[in-house]
Amino acid sequence: MFPIEHVLFLAALLFSLGLMIIIIKRNTIMILLGIELMLNASNLNLVAFNNLMPEKMDGQIFALFVIIVAVSEAAVGLAIVLQVYQYYQTSIPDSVSDLKE
Amino acid sequence: MSFTTFMFYFFEAVAALSAVGLAVVRNVFYGALLLVICLLAVAGIYVLAFAEFIAVTQILIYAGGILVVIIFGIMLTTKISQKPLVVEHSYVLSGLLAAGGCFCMLVFVIAKEPFVSFTNSLEPPPVNSVQTLGVTLFSKYMFPFEIAGLLLLIALIGASVLASNIKSKKT
Repeated sequence: MFPIEHVLFLAALLFSLGLMIIIIKRNTIMILLGIELMLNASNLNLVAFNNLMPEKMDGQIFALFVIIVAVSEAAVGLAIVLQVYQYYQTSIPDSVSDLKE
Repeated sequence: MSFTTFMFYFFEAVAALSAVGLAVVRNVFYGALLLVICLLAVAGIYVLAFAEFIAVTQILIYAGGILVVIIFGIMLTTKISQKPLVVEHSYVLSGLLAAGGCFCMLVFVIAKEPFVSFTNSLEPPPVNSVQTLGVTLFSKYMFPFEIAGLLLLIALIGASVLASNIKSKKT
C-alpha cells in the first residue's frame, strides 16, 4: 500500500531534473533526453490520478496520447539535429546562431 | 511491509537515482542508457498502479523505440575515431536554481493538498482494465485517436524528408 503523494513526489523530481538537464547540458541530444524525462513525469502524474477514478480510463488514455506525441517529437527532433549537425558540424546548441551563411 | 510496497519504493529509488545520474553524467551514451533504466523503473510503477497497458506501451515505445533512435542519433553525430563524446556543462548555477525552485514549489503544493485519503489500496479495480481502456479509446476518444494517427503519419513523412540527403536527379 502506498500513498499517491509518493508518486507525485517522484514525478516532481523527474520534472525538475529534466528542466535542469535542458538548461545545463551543451549537447542537443542530451536536451532531447531531458524533454523525454519531463514528458515521462507528466505521464506518471496522469496514471497516478487515474487511480482516483479507476472505473473511468481518462487518465490512462491521456497518458497514451502523451506517449504518441513524445514519439513524434523525438523522431522529428532527431531529424532536425542530424541536419543541423551536417550543416554546422557541431551539436552544441549555443554555437548554432546564424540564420544564413 | 509487503512485497508490493517494497517493489514500489525500489522502483521509485531506481527511477530517482538514474534521473540524478542522467543530470550528472557527461557521456551522452551513458546518459541514454541511464534514461532506459529510468523508463523501465517508471514502467514498473505503472504496473503497480494498475496501468498494465501503459506499462507495456512504455517499454515497447520508449525503451524499445525512442532510445534506439536516440542511440542512432548519438552515433551519427559523433566521429568514431575521436575520443568519446563528452558534454560540457554550462549555466550550472542557473540550472540548479531553476530546477530547485521548481521542485520546491511542486513539493510544497503536493504536500499542502490532502491526497492522503486517496491512498492506493492495491486492490485491483472491479472492471477489466485493458478492456475498459480499449472500449473507451474506440468510443469516447475515437476522434482524438484518428488525429493521433494522422500526427504519426505527418511525423513519419516529416522526419524522413528532413533526414534524407538525396537530391532530386531531375533538374
